[in-house]
Amino acid sequence: MLDNKQGCKSLGTKEIRIAGFGGQGVVLSGLILGQAASIYDDGFSALTQSYGPEARGGSCTAEVVISDEPIGYPYVQSPNVLIILSQEAYNKYSQDLPAGALMIIDPDLVKPEPSQNPAPLSIPATRMARDMGRTVVANIIILGFLAAVSDLISPEALKNSVLASVPKGTEEFNTKAFELGYNYGLEHGRKGEVADG
Amino acid sequence: MPEDGALCGTFFMNGDVACAEGAISAGCRFFAGYPITPATEVAERMSERLPHVGGIYIQMEDEIASMNAILGASWAGLKAMTSTSGPGFSLMMENLGLGVMLETPCVLVNIQRAGPSTGLPTMAAQGDMMQARWGSHGSYEIIALVPSSPQEIFDLTITAFNLSERYRVPVLVMSDEAVGHMSEKVVIPRISPKELVSRRRPDGTQEQYLPYKADEDLVPPMAIAGEGYRFHVTGLTHDERGYPVMTVEAQDQLVRRLVDKIRLNKKDIIRYEEVGVEDAEVIVCAYGISTRVARLAVQEARNAGIRAGMLRLITVWPFAEDRIRELAQQVKAFVVPEINYGQIVLEVERCAAGKASTLLVPHMGGGVHHPQTILKAIKEAVQ
Repeated sequence: MLDNKQGCKSLGTKEIRIAGFGGQGVVLSGLILGQAASIYDDGFSALTQSYGPEARGGSCTAEVVISDEPIGYPYVQSPNVLIILSQEAYNKYSQDLPAGALMIIDPDLVKPEPSQNPAPLSIPATRMARDMGRTVVANIIILGFLAAVSDLISPEALKNSVLASVPKGTEEFNTKAFELGYNYGLEHGRKGEVADG
Repeated sequence: MPEDGALCGTFFMNGDVACAEGAISAGCRFFAGYPITPATEVAERMSERLPHVGGIYIQMEDEIASMNAILGASWAGLKAMTSTSGPGFSLMMENLGLGVMLETPCVLVNIQRAGPSTGLPTMAAQGDMMQARWGSHGSYEIIALVPSSPQEIFDLTITAFNLSERYRVPVLVMSDEAVGHMSEKVVIPRISPKELVSRRRPDGTQEQYLPYKADEDLVPPMAIAGEGYRFHVTGLTHDERGYPVMTVEAQDQLVRRLVDKIRLNKKDIIRYEEVGVEDAEVIVCAYGISTRVARLAVQEARNAGIRAGMLRLITVWPFAEDRIRELAQQVKAFVVPEINYGQIVLEVERCAAGKASTLLVPHMGGGVHHPQTILKAIKEAVQ
């Protein structure tokens, strides 16, 4: 059944938008999420992404729709979760958020409006990744954080999907990154807030 | 990975990649192409995969040459494919006709983007549906399949090869950017050789073989160039030997057969899916990506008490005209959402022949319909 308040979004469908710059692992994060939902959690998911030169340096977006039934409309209409990794993306996507939407930001990259209610959840993932020695795992840290603060996807599915998607030989390092984010989420996040979208 | 190099398992992949994997599973071992958004990933995947399965990938200088190269590869005995979009599809049209004239099995994938001309290269459309039918010159019939998901483009690429080999005709996979660039779960089964069709080979002596003498089903057995049987190709009107004959009679005999081998076998070729049509008063007739949003709209119409159904065209060419004629006796109206300004709706209207009304829901391209837009049209259609 369509949720008329939300245009053409089916009830029971969750939408995630990840937005930032090309090179931050935005598209890979979307792929890991979508794969986790449809293969490791055995549901349905569709990933679409921004395409072209912007995916290689400019603004970049990945959109994942997750559902327990086949997905009709594959694009994000009213996101349940936003992961925002640049000020530009914040300015573009922070308006008109649906009630109950969860926003996750990297506070070193995004300065949210003080008036934003509820305030976004923060994880300094880029800095944490740099401290680990490799900035490229910032996206994996954020996925670990997401697993801790939301019930969208099971942490096991997400972790399995990470391991299936990263280069061979980097599994241990990526597991460490994922767990770092996960533990940060347990400590600082608010688990369960987006369970019902 | 099995020994033949075909993938097997459950994957999260986009439609372009799934298309390439369908081709590999179908036994395609030759790809010639020229990159173009949003079809590039098909070629990219084929360039990675073919060397591992003993196949050949050639990056050509343009789409004209790409189409020619796959015809030549097919004559040499390989299952061959190319992929393109928009402007490249236009360039392939002349030699698509050569493929029809020379009864050459091959598959042409069009990941449609919005036109005319360069249009919106990174965005979806269904604007080439009539070009698929009529894009090359002369009288001919073609087969065109339209997938609605990465899973279905995998499945239908195999079907495309099978139909192409069965009927010795180029087969078009008319997908679009939305399906091509969307990633979803794709289950790749172990394809057994029994599920794959290969062109019928001559079984008589080399001396008796006539390369264009058809069997009862109007399809001639096909020899491989260089294996010893007579082999002759020309785009000119030709006789059963393949030699040019410039007469009205030869033209009549040849063109009639090229067309009839598809028309008279359409029951074997045409594929569609029906959803809730038994008691329907209005039917959404849709194809490709549009069927996904149409399905939501039909469900919602049912919830609102409207007896709505859907006819999902899987082959758009040849057109499911007999089924539309039957349904036109039953329903008040057909609603036809298309990401163009009215193409397949003309076919629906022709077959409805005034028995049911026809309502186009156009989209100029660059995205897909909102289910609410289709729902609104369903409500209008039953008023």
